[in-house]
Amino acid sequence: MSKLNDDKRRVFLQKIVRGVGYGAFGAIVWSSYLSQSQANNLILRPPGALSEKDFVSTCIRCGMCVEKCPYDVLELSTISDKVSIGTPYFTPRTDACRMCPDIPCTSACPTGALDLPSVTTNDDLDINRARMGLATINTQTCLAYVGLQCTMCFQACPLTGDAIFLEKERNERTDMHALLKPVVNPDHCTGCGMCEHACPTATTSIRILPLAVTQGDIGSHFIVGWEEGDESRLVDTSKDVTLDRTPRNKRSALDNVNDEDGILDDILGGIDK
Amino acid sequence: MSHFLYRHRFYISRRVVQILILTAYFGANAYGWTFVAGNLSSSVLFGLIPLSDPFATLQMFFAGAVIATDILVGAIVVLFVYSIIGGRFFCSWVCPVNIITETAAALRRRLAVQEKEHALTFSRNIRYWVIGISLGLSLLFSLAAFEMISPIGIAHRGVIFGFGFGWFFLVAIFLFDLFSQKYGWCGHICPLGGFNALIGKYNLIKVVHDEEKCIYSLACIKVCPEVQVLNMVGKYSAPITGAGCIKCGRCIEVCDNDAFHISIVSLAEQLKERS
Repeated sequence: MSKLNDDKRRVFLQKIVRGVGYGAFGAIVWSSYLSQSQANNLILRPPGALSEKDFVSTCIRCGMCVEKCPYDVLELSTISDKVSIGTPYFTPRTDACRMCPDIPCTSACPTGALDLPSVTTNDDLDINRARMGLATINTQTCLAYVGLQCTMCFQACPLTGDAIFLEKERNERTDMHALLKPVVNPDHCTGCGMCEHACPTATTSIRILPLAVTQGDIGSHFIVGWEEGDESRLVDTSKDVTLDRTPRNKRSALDNVNDEDGILDDILGGIDK
Repeated sequence: MSHFLYRHRFYISRRVVQILILTAYFGANAYGWTFVAGNLSSSVLFGLIPLSDPFATLQMFFAGAVIATDILVGAIVVLFVYSIIGGRFFCSWVCPVNIITETAAALRRRLAVQEKEHALTFSRNIRYWVIGISLGLSLLFSLAAFEMISPIGIAHRGVIFGFGFGWFFLVAIFLFDLFSQKYGWCGHICPLGGFNALIGKYNLIKVVHDEEKCIYSLACIKVCPEVQVLNMVGKYSAPITGAGCIKCGRCIEVCDNDAFHISIVSLAEQLKERS
């Protein structure tokens, strides 16, 4: 009788252990793929998207934003794209966001991964509040900076004059022309990508990068003292500041100079500490 | 010919329904049809009724996402429907992967692959473990873990929005089902099928077996993708209450003596049946 029970227990344990083996194998293979599918900070999302990490976990991958996009700018990632599978994205160089005033993509989102309130001002949809990314200019290849006439991005920009403005500068080389250098204003740039799409250089010289990559933060260590209200940034900072102060040297000045390597310390056994 | 049609009446209707549903979703994206939008993860029916995959919603919850009202309502609508007609109804009448795996199974029968004993056999309970693992991984990676690899999502999104290399995955499942394990994906591994089985276990629409009409041909056993639910065949008359039943109707149509029929079986009767 007890022999029978032993056998049963052995089989039972074997089954459990085998299950753990299969499970661990499966989970590890699965995890390696999942780690590829996690947030990728180099992807441009539709207007109103949450931060990439929240977006990837909140998006249910229904593709309704892609369906609703009237210009077919948005694409749904497949397993071969280096984007979390089934999520919407766009590539401005191929096609840029047309900034529809009724924002059909964000309005269609059932999960709030595309957050409608973030593109709403006083109950009215306001596409200009979208922050899909930020245009950044490579001044070494930008035709205007090099000295040619261009202004393509300036003209393509839907918020021209605000999001991109031209800085007029004397052309030192000819001494008679002006350089009309495009400059991006991050306060207005929505990241729609019309500039990148329009840029005539072989590889684009103005590129939309996601905010997670481009955005800086002054932090709480510096205040722009001459600007009114700039100190308000410090209101929310934590009060218990720990200073990283170098501890005061307790040795006499003479010892400190004569005994840089601390040999005396060993001999004296740290008596004068 | 009409005999063939009669013997495949459910099979053909299911294919028609599956393809119509795929077409409707495809048309919504390609031609702007409005009666359905989205895909099998989350849809809007007639621009009004939200539908969401409850398993995907649960994974999103584990991933730490804030579940929006639309999604929650959609999941409840689907849960309600599943609890009445059975969750695995989805598997046989909607899911596009079902077309692939049933084709593999039919070919398998034709090639007589399943006649031999195989060293590698899977337990049908794997799917319930996969549910657990996918929820655990969702928690760990802040992602709806199964949705990342779901062949259902890949197939359905593929038809609507384009496959990429996703069809590799579907070919892999086809070959796995054909040569390795009979009904390997749908009947053993797929956690969505497992989840739907669990939430629709006490649904009201059941296939009922009539033992007096059984002629012991075992035709039903040969075609059933979830043979364990047919344990009463030839022994006693009972409704098929096993959670695995996908309501494909194959047993009804292949039986030469109509030993199966569809019936509404109340919850009280089902519980009595269990004891």
